[in-house]
Amino acid sequence: MDFVPIHGELDLGFVAIPWALLAMTAKTTGIFTVLMLVVAYTTLAERKVSAWIQDRHGPNRVGPFGLLQPIADGIKNFLKEETLPATASRAFFVLAPILVLFPSLVTFAVIPIAAPLPTPVGVVDMIVADVPIGILYILAFSSLAVYGVVLGGWASNNKYAFLGGLRASAQMVSYEVALGLSLITVLMLSGNVTLTEIIWQQQQLGMWYAFPLSLAFLLFVISAFAETNRLPFDMPEAESELVTGYHTEYSAMKFSAFMISEFGHMVTASALMATLFLGGWDIPFWTGDNMFWHQGQLISGFAADGSTILATPAIWKTLLTLAAFAVKTGFFLVLYIWIRWTLPRFRYDQVMALGWKVMLPTSLAYVMLMAGTILTLDEIGMAFGFGYGLALTAVSLACTIGFVFYLDRGRIITGAAALHAQKVEIKTISQPAPAGD
Amino acid sequence: MAISVKVMHRPEPETTSYLRAALSGMALTFKHMISPTSVTQQYPEEQTDLSPRWRGTHRMEVHADGRPKCVACGLCPTVCPANCIKLVGGEDDQGNRYPIVYEIDEFRCIFCGMCQEVCPVEAIHVGRHFENAEYTRDRFVYDLDRLMEQDHPTTLLWDPSDPRSE
Repeated sequence: MDFVPIHGELDLGFVAIPWALLAMTAKTTGIFTVLMLVVAYTTLAERKVSAWIQDRHGPNRVGPFGLLQPIADGIKNFLKEETLPATASRAFFVLAPILVLFPSLVTFAVIPIAAPLPTPVGVVDMIVADVPIGILYILAFSSLAVYGVVLGGWASNNKYAFLGGLRASAQMVSYEVALGLSLITVLMLSGNVTLTEIIWQQQQLGMWYAFPLSLAFLLFVISAFAETNRLPFDMPEAESELVTGYHTEYSAMKFSAFMISEFGHMVTASALMATLFLGGWDIPFWTGDNMFWHQGQLISGFAADGSTILATPAIWKTLLTLAAFAVKTGFFLVLYIWIRWTLPRFRYDQVMALGWKVMLPTSLAYVMLMAGTILTLDEIGMAFGFGYGLALTAVSLACTIGFVFYLDRGRIITGAAALHAQKVEIKTISQPAPAGD
Repeated sequence: MAISVKVMHRPEPETTSYLRAALSGMALTFKHMISPTSVTQQYPEEQTDLSPRWRGTHRMEVHADGRPKCVACGLCPTVCPANCIKLVGGEDDQGNRYPIVYEIDEFRCIFCGMCQEVCPVEAIHVGRHFENAEYTRDRFVYDLDRLMEQDHPTTLLWDPSDPRSE
């Protein structure tokens, strides 16, 4: 059977609809719905996991095991009163939640979620928009989210909200730099910015980029935590300092929009981390799922003489790879929640110092080193494959160990016990004897 | 006399590791995350065992024929430190005293239980009961009928010869 991209039209007699358009509509609707569901259930997971960590039960009143809790929350938020502070800048106050919600949802469009799906009218790519500028698109839109946050903080005309917005802008701009630079190594290794091709290259390399680019992975995870404003980087919200930061003045569905965007960002960042560094929908130790459009053909690899091996897509393969992608994304989501309920918040100056004095120079130096290594490996004629990956892994591992060593033990960040590192003794304070005793 | 101050010896920054501390913290939270223990009491389903001397909502004991045991002697409104008992006594044809009005304002009541202690005929009791939520404030003034309807267990009085109820 020959596998070709989706083609042809559905002839309804009075109008002919291209199958590609129908597939696109179905994918857009499906991914949006699933994304919103995942976001809703991430809020439940957050509350459940935090409860388990604290030896509690978590929400368990609405539906079995509290599974209908997100729906109840949604209904509650719709029915609540919309407040508008008297001194708020009305237009921007309304605009901010929209601006913050839009980028967090739209970034998911370029992330491939499964292997191509064969249908009777051709093979459908399981990605909403396979744009050639995949990662640049994600970087562009994820940095747009900061406008909504800053605008919300400013338009509220509230000092806490304003401080939250300011912190958000400073933090997101700072960590955007390290985020982008840690991505450069991925682009260098793949030679491409399309996410489908990055997955293909990881399949060709025989290992996920988390190993040959381990330091980039570490920097990306840290930056992603800062970008999504999650603990230990939740400066913009900082409940104990700023009430709830930039969304202090928001209520009802506007508040909900901020929450949805926060969790949407989390899901997108998790999916992105899974795609860039854990092979996306790739199933490890199995080449049967390797699929890529190469010169109009769906191939699964190259033979030793350079000829292509055709891939055989199947519905069960699509479902299996979708499950692999879900597991990887879920892992990062759980990691997000797990770290949130473990680590305390950094101080603001610590966040800035980590961003500018550690992450930025490290990622720059790492880009240079990786560029040199890749160039050297290419110059000595090593084929792009498992050995190539192993060589990079060795270099990266040395960098990661050095970075972690440099970061730790009072050099950059210390444990909480060392914050007041003064020598103290047990001393006695003499008190005047009570009168008349 | 001297106060001794114990100050914690904190480790040097060079010897404490943030990452190691963070990882051990994550190990601890993970252990709690997967452990099935829970300290939550599932309240409406799981009831707390109230102490036998728990002093809660009042109830009035009744005779077998449905009359209240109260003889309107007036001791409980006298002893009540919160002044929450309203009692108007009456006398029937046989000369038996009975309460015409007997009201307890559960909002003013401080649940000291002295009305139960002082009652000569063991009519008024505080009870082992606390779920007395209502929608309006006036529902918290319990009249005689309401007090007689209460059927929760009554509080065990403190016995000086057995101070720990053993």
